[in-house]
Amino acid sequence: MLQQQLVNGVVLGATYALFALGFTMMFGVLGVINLTYGVYFALGAFAALWASKAIGLSVWLALPVGAIVAGCIAVIVDTLLLTRLRRAKAPELSSLMVTIGATLFLYTGLSVIYGTEVRRFAPDFAPSAAFEIAGVRIVATQALIVVAALLMAGALIWIVRGTKVGLAVRGVAENPDAAALMGVNGALVTHLVSFMSGALGGAAGVLIGLNFNAIQPFMGENMMLRGFAVIIIGGLGDLRGALIAGFLLGIIEVLTAGYFASAAKDLVAFALLVLTLWVRPVGLFGRAAAKRA
Amino acid sequence: MRIALVGVIAAALISVAAAQDNKEPVKLGAIEVLTGPNNRYGIPAQRAFDLAIEEINKAGGVLGGRPIAIAYEDSAGNKDQAMNAARKLIGRDKVPLILGPTLSNEMFAVGPVVNDRKIPIIGTSTTANGITAIGPWVFRTAMPESDVIPVTLKTAKEKLGVKKVVVMYANDDAFTKSAYDVMKDTLAKLGVETLATETFSDKDTDFTAQLTKAKNLNPDAIVVSAHVDSGSGILLQGRQLGIGKNVRFIGGNGFNSPKLAEIAGEAADGTLVGSPWFLAKKDDVNQKFVKSYKSKYGEDPDQFAAQAYDSMYLVARAINAAGGTEPEKLRSALQKVTNVGVMGPFSFTEGRDPADTSGVVILEMQGGKFRIFGETS
Repeated sequence: MLQQQLVNGVVLGATYALFALGFTMMFGVLGVINLTYGVYFALGAFAALWASKAIGLSVWLALPVGAIVAGCIAVIVDTLLLTRLRRAKAPELSSLMVTIGATLFLYTGLSVIYGTEVRRFAPDFAPSAAFEIAGVRIVATQALIVVAALLMAGALIWIVRGTKVGLAVRGVAENPDAAALMGVNGALVTHLVSFMSGALGGAAGVLIGLNFNAIQPFMGENMMLRGFAVIIIGGLGDLRGALIAGFLLGIIEVLTAGYFASAAKDLVAFALLVLTLWVRPVGLFGRAAAKRA
Repeated sequence: MRIALVGVIAAALISVAAAQDNKEPVKLGAIEVLTGPNNRYGIPAQRAFDLAIEEINKAGGVLGGRPIAIAYEDSAGNKDQAMNAARKLIGRDKVPLILGPTLSNEMFAVGPVVNDRKIPIIGTSTTANGITAIGPWVFRTAMPESDVIPVTLKTAKEKLGVKKVVVMYANDDAFTKSAYDVMKDTLAKLGVETLATETFSDKDTDFTAQLTKAKNLNPDAIVVSAHVDSGSGILLQGRQLGIGKNVRFIGGNGFNSPKLAEIAGEAADGTLVGSPWFLAKKDDVNQKFVKSYKSKYGEDPDQFAAQAYDSMYLVARAINAAGGTEPEKLRSALQKVTNVGVMGPFSFTEGRDPADTSGVVILEMQGGKFRIFGETS
């Protein structure tokens, strides 16, 4: 049973990590509180659903479609609403208020277009075979989520740490003005990061929607609170931190439900969050705020 | 002037004569949600009332030949409007009995008013706790979930030999929690062992931890109180974790929805759920009802129509038993009346709730559709 519970925990943790990667990037690099992230999660899932039903795309093509659609909408929202605030160096509360409005607008839009009913992918849309190894069962989509979380985190860390684009991103994160003086196109970097985080959110929505087989406009909202906990535990803007904190939270939640009490499962995220803020306010890896991304 | 006066007196005399001739319609009142989003509950009730009245009147009406008439008032799902509707029906239409209102919330507003005026009122779709506690004039024919769940669990124990179960419920929702309370009491009364009680949040999407634990306890069945969205997730993940087909999932009313199979697909097969009524019930009364409803309105009746249809027949019987239309006589007649309708045998308890649960049908999901458990199709 312990092995099965650990596998359950790793899969759940991978969903948290997937969700948190784009979220933490948005916070860490763009330096605004953007609450629309949960919407990109749902948008990606709905776009993939549409692509699979209307055009008949397979999961491998519908996944990028979902990611790209969510990424583009993220860029539009960021450009329309946040560019002006950033330019005016508005206090953080303004971006919070503006994105709350945008979130409500987008959620209502989704509900009007799709209704609030739960939708699902066609049963044969994704591989659903279950494997059993030494009494531990894992379904193909679950394996896909774990692999996707690790691959995406790896790719992101490589882009941010190992490429010239990543250097520009880190430069903008640390000091937008100084980066601009060094010839970095700040607006372009902002668009790029918006797109990447929106696309990550969208991809996470497709994969998680696939695993739980339930797509509805508010699906991201249920992830938002845990997403917040994960990125704060991992350290705002810290990709490796988000990955590890996501897995950690998933495993601890599952073990709590499995061996202690399922009623206490929801406490875990917030207990860890409070503990982090108490003991290590900068998150797991504890570096100065601006240098993280 | 004088001629007019004579005319009025003559008309009055004629109407008195008509009344003595006993062909004057017995006019009842009904308050239903006929407009707005909740009219999906009110319209079927209205249609079923009309259908039942048509049949009763064709067969000779009540009280030796008087037809039944009905005055509808639309509550639009609004408590205040429902209350005004009741005042109108009592004051203007002088009805001796009111059917409805559609929603429990409306009944909590309307019930006390009608009860004060000493007019019997019968809720045909109001299942909340405490409806009939409003007062001695408030009846209900809708069977609450707390009456259905025990029948489901008893059937599972007797027909499937379920002896030990794991119970799972959403602990952050009033509806699923109250169903869980009924499940817990019933399991204790039936002597079914509860190996573990697991909770989750209604918004959760991951139930693997609880289900893995449940699987390792080797239960005969898993009893679930959840809304259909999270419930379907439990079925899917439970089967993915390799919980075998020999372990049944047994649900509360939240599972009584075609969406269960839409979301969970094959994983929903074998799930048991109790229902006060089912379209495909094979008895003659039900077959005839479904057929005439469909030919009159072009669509299948639902549970709300079935409840309303039976209630109208029940009222007709009560009027005959009372031998008149005085509210006090109707009330005591209702207390004693019995009827075998589309939902099975019916009578009221002392507390004016449905007394007989023998009409409850246990449904089994098979190939994406519900069918009556134990019937081969």
